[in-house]
Amino acid sequence: MIDVKNLTKKFKEFKAVDDISFSVKEGEIFAFLGPNGAGKSTTIKMLTTLLRPTGGSISINGHDPIKNQDEVRRSFGIVFQDPSLDDELTALENMEFHAILYRVPKEIRKGRIEQLLKFVELWDRKDEFVKNFSGGMKRRLEVARGLIHHPKILFLDEPTLGLDPQTRNHIWTHIKGLNQEEKMTVFFTTHYMEEAEKVAQRIAIIDHGKIVAVGTSEELKQKTKTNSLEEAFLALTGTTIREEQAGSTDWMRKMRRVH
Amino acid sequence: MNTIYILWLRQLKRYFRSKSRIIGSLGQPLLFLVALGFGLGPVFQKAGGGNYIEFLVPGVISMGIIFTALFSGIEIIWDRQFGFLKETLVAPTSRLEIMIGRTLGGATVASLQGIIILVLSFLVGFRLENLIILPFALFFIFLIALLFTALGTAIASVLQDMQGFQLIMNFLVMPLFFLSGALFPLEGLPPFLEIIARADPLSYGVDGLRGILANNSHFGLGLDFLILSMITVVILLIGSYLFSKIEI
Repeated sequence: MIDVKNLTKKFKEFKAVDDISFSVKEGEIFAFLGPNGAGKSTTIKMLTTLLRPTGGSISINGHDPIKNQDEVRRSFGIVFQDPSLDDELTALENMEFHAILYRVPKEIRKGRIEQLLKFVELWDRKDEFVKNFSGGMKRRLEVARGLIHHPKILFLDEPTLGLDPQTRNHIWTHIKGLNQEEKMTVFFTTHYMEEAEKVAQRIAIIDHGKIVAVGTSEELKQKTKTNSLEEAFLALTGTTIREEQAGSTDWMRKMRRVH
Repeated sequence: MNTIYILWLRQLKRYFRSKSRIIGSLGQPLLFLVALGFGLGPVFQKAGGGNYIEFLVPGVISMGIIFTALFSGIEIIWDRQFGFLKETLVAPTSRLEIMIGRTLGGATVASLQGIIILVLSFLVGFRLENLIILPFALFFIFLIALLFTALGTAIASVLQDMQGFQLIMNFLVMPLFFLSGALFPLEGLPPFLEIIARADPLSYGVDGLRGILANNSHFGLGLDFLILSMITVVILLIGSYLFSKIEI
């Protein structure tokens, strides 16, 4: 379903993704783990046509994200790591916007939006502006939005960041259901190791732009002779804390209030 | 088609919801109308220029349009920073559709702004000779709006963040407006200014609108229309190209 060979992305001299290869089978749940700045989001951006690779090849559902962007885009859905909702629209409008953009047929649209908003417990607040929502509510809305159209491949970039255990559990149950019923392939990143251990069939660990290990959680533990995935992760990636670059977004947030 | 419609609708919803933005962006044109219209009116009349308010209104309408239109185009930077652009860019629709939807939305919003200023100008004594000219005026208003929304889109596709915004305002929008003949007649200008004014696309927008609303065109309506639509097409193409190259 996903086939990546020798994928590389350079930003000037910095190699964000350095010659990685992996593949994900149809119907598989695949976790992509790594410390901050390891290259996870950059990889997802290249897989989802947002960024052009410097080298290597990608195949998504049999299509190339550079040459056949439209076919690739029809194959996947994505929940981004950072917010991507329109604050000036209501929760319902955000959902409808997405449904129309993804050409979900009218008959299905209404029912599914209602079902999903109830599922993330936002149905009562569907007509409120997103800008009045808390961080957790926005996250829930974002996950719900990513599930409106049922794609062949679902990319989830830290989908459960900042959510309480109840909500996380709830969301993963739903995603696992979709995975089983519709054979939806799921590719996700997370910092919660127990989540990866519980949900993912296979796990890849990436660090400094390179994949350092791939396998089931058992295999990774055996390989590193550790007792938990967290220990295995630390054994593979070390214990130094990584810095991520600060963007200009903070400055922008300030500016927007002025306008 | 649905995609274009929903993107258009989004721009309109955002516009109508930000009441402060609508009102705020009307302040400046109104000030121009009142201060310049009444302040310079007597001098203009004495110099044989006729009714200055009548002369000024098309210029001030254009001003309202280009500010709103450029801003609508530039909003892409906002969407990029706040992540919403990604949401549209990964959707299975062509970038051309996205660009068309956004640009039509922005141009509609900017046209509305122009229409509001036209209506407000009745308060300072502006009158239309007859109503038949209204559709032609609206057409020109929309054309100007389209041109500058596309220009905003083109700029926003290249800029990474809003830090360059002030630069654009001071070195692009202000000169485009002040050198367009929105405030002064293009007859008898010093040659260098005449050349600049002729190179400014907004000159043809202002002149066309003035030709329709005040029956006072320097270049002639046909030429205004021709040049304005040609530039609009070119900028739309450039904007679409740059937009299609956006990487996040």
